[in-house]
Amino acid sequence: MTTTIESPDLIEPEEPGGPGAHGHAEGDHEAAHEHHGPHGILNWLTSTDHKVIGKSYMITALVTFFISGVMALVIRAQLADPTSSLVNFQTYNELFTMHGSLMLYLFAGPFAFGGLANYIVPLQVGAPDMAYPRLNALSYWLYLGGASMMTLSFVVAGGAASFGWVAYAPLSNSINSPGTGTDLWLLSLGLTGFSAIFTGVNLVATIFYLRAPGMTMFRVPIFSWNMLVTGILILIAFPVLFGAVVMLFCDRHFGTHIYSVQGGGVPVLWQHLFWFFGHPEVYILALPYFGIVTDIIPVFSRKPLFGYRGMVFATLSIAALSTGVWAHHMFTTGVVLLPFFSLLSYLIAIPTGIKFFNWIGTMWGGQLSFQTPMLFSMGFLFAFLMGGVTGVLLASPPVDFMTHDTYFVVAHFHQVLIGTTVFAGFAGFYFWYPKMFGRMLSERLGKLHFWFLFIGFWVTFVPQYLVGLKGMPRRVADYLSSNGWTGLNQLSTVGAFVIGFSFLFFFANLIQSWRKPVPAGDNPWDGGALEWFTSSPPPHHNFTHLPPIRSERPTWDYNHPEHRKDESHGDKRHREHDQKKETVGANS
Amino acid sequence: MIAFTNGSPTPLPDRDRTSADTPEAPAAGRRWKRWAAGLAVAAPLVLGGCNFYPSYGASRGATTQGQDTFKLYSGMMTTGIIIGGFVGLLILFTVLRYRRRSDEMPKQFHESIPIEILYTGIPVLVVAALFLFTVITENKVDATVPLAAKITATGNPVVDVKVTAFQWGWRFDYPNDNVSVSGEVTNGPQNHGPQMVLPYGQTVQVTLVSNDVIHGFYVRDFNFSRYALPGVVNTFDLNIINPGFYPGQCTQICGLYHSEMLFSVRAVSPAQYRTWLQGEVATGHTIKRVPEPAANTPPPYDHVTTSNALAAPASKKGSL
Amino acid sequence: MRVNGTFLALIGAFFGIIALIYWFTAYEDAGFLMLIGSAFLGLLPGSYYLWWSRRMRPLEGDEPDATPSSGAGVIDSFPGSSIWPFLLGMGAFFATLTFAFGLWLAPIAVALGLSAVIGGVVESRRGGTV
Repeated sequence: MTTTIESPDLIEPEEPGGPGAHGHAEGDHEAAHEHHGPHGILNWLTSTDHKVIGKSYMITALVTFFISGVMALVIRAQLADPTSSLVNFQTYNELFTMHGSLMLYLFAGPFAFGGLANYIVPLQVGAPDMAYPRLNALSYWLYLGGASMMTLSFVVAGGAASFGWVAYAPLSNSINSPGTGTDLWLLSLGLTGFSAIFTGVNLVATIFYLRAPGMTMFRVPIFSWNMLVTGILILIAFPVLFGAVVMLFCDRHFGTHIYSVQGGGVPVLWQHLFWFFGHPEVYILALPYFGIVTDIIPVFSRKPLFGYRGMVFATLSIAALSTGVWAHHMFTTGVVLLPFFSLLSYLIAIPTGIKFFNWIGTMWGGQLSFQTPMLFSMGFLFAFLMGGVTGVLLASPPVDFMTHDTYFVVAHFHQVLIGTTVFAGFAGFYFWYPKMFGRMLSERLGKLHFWFLFIGFWVTFVPQYLVGLKGMPRRVADYLSSNGWTGLNQLSTVGAFVIGFSFLFFFANLIQSWRKPVPAGDNPWDGGALEWFTSSPPPHHNFTHLPPIRSERPTWDYNHPEHRKDESHGDKRHREHDQKKETVGANS
Repeated sequence: MIAFTNGSPTPLPDRDRTSADTPEAPAAGRRWKRWAAGLAVAAPLVLGGCNFYPSYGASRGATTQGQDTFKLYSGMMTTGIIIGGFVGLLILFTVLRYRRRSDEMPKQFHESIPIEILYTGIPVLVVAALFLFTVITENKVDATVPLAAKITATGNPVVDVKVTAFQWGWRFDYPNDNVSVSGEVTNGPQNHGPQMVLPYGQTVQVTLVSNDVIHGFYVRDFNFSRYALPGVVNTFDLNIINPGFYPGQCTQICGLYHSEMLFSVRAVSPAQYRTWLQGEVATGHTIKRVPEPAANTPPPYDHVTTSNALAAPASKKGSL
Repeated sequence: MRVNGTFLALIGAFFGIIALIYWFTAYEDAGFLMLIGSAFLGLLPGSYYLWWSRRMRPLEGDEPDATPSSGAGVIDSFPGSSIWPFLLGMGAFFATLTFAFGLWLAPIAVALGLSAVIGGVVESRRGGTV
């Protein structure tokens, strides 16, 4: 049923209980508090509540994450022995294709913008739900359909797609990759692509229009800012992918020759279109996770974020630049303008560096405590630091010539992707789990999860840089034992299994929190953003009360009024006005 | 899979370094931050001047182009280690120094304009320097001599080789000498695949094409790779410095036997090269014998025989 | 909303400049068109918001001194439980499967999709479940 929502009960800390404060009687909110409507599974199928949809996304995404992780373990097991025939060539090619596809299309993005953002963004901006709840639900069902299509493509005749997650033409045409598995792969990209586009629309509309009173754009928490920019990037990138995929499908089945030389087409066009999507895609994947870490670090440093406006500028710069660098994935084709893409790729290092220094600046002078979310955020910092530096190397065409399509690149992108989607992603999961489920996760198991994951991560990927520099190409099922690559591969495999092992602690943690729940309360971490103001889990339509919003940390300001940050920066009128109020420790 | 011979090539002597004009890093900022930035930019210059380039696991390059690439790589890695190390140590320091010691609320500062300008400006300078070095090296690596000239400015003949990649092997045509070598390895790599014999000390101009899907021509010791794209002709020059054996492989996923698309390059003296060419013509490995294939079909191939694969050096034990 | 309009317009302008640089240096059509498209993606809503922000009633969310009481009143209508997104999603799913497995799936897809679209629109107009 449709509900019109009135604004929540009002709280004015300066005039507690004053006549103007509580403008609405409790009874006016009956529509928000009672639960009419279907129960059981029909409740889930018909829910338009962003919290239910967000949780559904996260569970589905985590399932694909673990399936894809098992595929990675099989790949590493195969590569540990140069003469291994654990799987045959066809199966191996399918495994690395689907590992990449599941991770990038079905886990990393949907977990961030479909799962966490769906749940958290309306709470952070003080909205009762996303702007278009039914569209939000549709996004989830499209995602579920696409995800099951791609995952189940293994069982059709001919097996799953086997051309790498990038599906270069002409390898992906009907001559070289016949079979329904490839068609399902392409079609599922259509479904999940539209799922993402609709979520992008919802994110932008929600953050533009549904902010609570007083939450100006520059008081929106950085996680929500990043989701706004991600939403815009989604709108730029995914339609291009959809177009490219439709054209490839037509080449395969309807007799067109868009990507084939024989018909006068241009195979490299696929690469241009795909990477115009593909590079913003990796920033669509990275920005939400940057946002998660940017929300976590201030909480566990007990200080405000350092350089809020710099962060906003850096996020916008990264997003804008990322759309102009697509052909740095095509340096070795010999048909792209090298200096243009090289320069823009180098430039992205600058806003990324700004972000790093802002994170350090936030921690500087703080009182740091290392609960699990903060530990994982530190893991992100180190992982992304090295991955980012090797990325700068790859921005140089000559260095790219020597490392392209070798394990050097594999190690680079795994470092940045695992740094963001796994380390920062699980940081966000551990951080917001108490809010979502009303119970805490065990610190002991969380720390065990982190340390095994962190150690396994470095043991897996540093050898891969080295073996790539020794000349090992990517996407190979075997190699000569005389090449001297065996030892490094074996070390990498050991690390991969340690990573896999670390997730057992994660499962144990989830099970323990359900069997022996420890109630979380509204604000277990003393967080600052608006989601920590409401109960855990939040009620239907999120807020029964709202605090006044004067900074990006309204809950902190409410709980620690004597430790507000000086919010008059940059605005002369406000600065003069606030000279009269106490300002705390502005250290410029 | 049968283990086989052929380890890495013998190490090459250092070539004369090529000098590169570089701008001085302008002084900006304060104290140790300035030193760190200066070090990051100056390190490649200093190391270059001393002719000391740590290899960081890469090949120093068996061609002049490969050596230029290696120098750029080494300089960038040094810069990356300095900057990355600095930031990493800064994070570590912060994590240790500001551990929670009490319940006292820390100072709630949230900005510092001078510091923010500093850590925006210094990366801009570093990036500008990196880009400059990149453009200089890139122009050297991708420079090609005009083939029509047939001889380079130093009077050496240009060797013209056409490389055709196909599913799942390689064909090397020498149009001026009517020689064609090809082979594919589809049952697990039993050896290093077809071998391209080239003279060292001369400019070799390679024209790279593909018969079907996209393949990657990659030789680790040349620090170089280029795609073979259907419908596109890619041209590049190789100036091999010393004799040796240089294995190569396809790097772009091209179907079922992508892992098996090995090849190798054997660099010999110009005299040995001419002898080899005559030998190939005599044994019948000529271009006329291998007709131009229709699109999407691989050409008929020759299994690699000992006659056109010169004996490789003894294998070097692989190491971690 | 002026802030929103500004940053969208800036993004659009940035892409426009990059597109022009790319056109005159790279002579590559696909990239140029995609960059121009992205420029329009920013300039269209950006210019609209810059124009409309001067004429619209300011959002409570944009007022720096707003209080919860100043934001009192109806926020919006948020459709509650609705089966139509699920059915439309399943319709799209079956429509996509049609391309893989054959036209016999098409009637299912059309039935699901059409009923979902009609039902959803009727639900919106009636303000409640059908």
